[in-house]
Amino acid sequence: MSQGVEVVGLYVRDQEEALKFYVDQVGFKVHTDVRNGDYRWLTVQHPEQPSFQLGLFTPQAPMVDATTAQALKELVAKGAMPPLVLVVDDCRASYDRMRANGVEFTQEPVARFGSVDAGFRDPSGNGWKLIEARR
Amino acid sequence: MGQDPELLRRLLRAKDRMDAASDEDWPVPRLARESGVSAAHFARSFKEAFGVPPHRYLLTRRIERAKAMLRDTELSVTEIAFETGWQSLGTFGRIFRDITGDSPGAIRERERAGGGEMERIPACFLRAAHRPDLKIAVSEKRRQEADGQDGSIESGAPEGAAASQQEDL
Repeated sequence: MSQGVEVVGLYVRDQEEALKFYVDQVGFKVHTDVRNGDYRWLTVQHPEQPSFQLGLFTPQAPMVDATTAQALKELVAKGAMPPLVLVVDDCRASYDRMRANGVEFTQEPVARFGSVDAGFRDPSGNGWKLIEARR
Repeated sequence: MGQDPELLRRLLRAKDRMDAASDEDWPVPRLARESGVSAAHFARSFKEAFGVPPHRYLLTRRIERAKAMLRDTELSVTEIAFETGWQSLGTFGRIFRDITGDSPGAIRERERAGGGEMERIPACFLRAAHRPDLKIAVSEKRRQEADGQDGSIESGAPEGAAASQQEDL
């Protein structure tokens, strides 16, 4: 596939913290980590999804002004950002592994609607659903 | 606006705990402990952050769950009241009417009468969208027993849509 969505970004409160979370605790890999002054372009990738990158960005100048950055940080911390879904083969196994890695789960695995799902948050407040792929 | 993001993140933790177990009792001191702040500070900060006092938020969550159960299960109103954390059926009915403007029985009929494409939306997000205090039009489809009802968007769906399907209604 040569056309399509390549990067979708999340706002995080601290890129270093987010990097550790998504790589060490969730299991993603670093794709790009480039700095330009204060600005840091940081993307991670699911190991099985080479065509897609998840950007981990802080709300900051020059992309947004200071007032807007503060508002965005508050919204992220209140869990107000849009839904994120991570699909896994085995929800309970992933839950056990990630929980052992210190991931903050907001919902234990529940079997319903013919699948199993759980919920977790990143340190910034972004909320994920962890959903088992239907076989 | 103007609250410390670190504090907000800790308040969110208490809110998450209520979401995960809305049938339990959540007195302010218990919530404050989850957030690591004093009880007085918690109540004030929570309302500032989320627009409603914590107790009101909890009641809203319970009603939301009750509405989903009225729609999705065959449990009686009494069973649903106790399942969602109320000690008395009378209180449940009163708060339910207070928040939704209607009785549990009427809501059950109305929710089941609707139709639409809701089965494509992961259930948790759908519930959030229909949280009773939000003024969003409700046109719902009665969901039948979950398994194997969702063959509708199998082909051509991008990966993200396939993901959403997993928690299909």
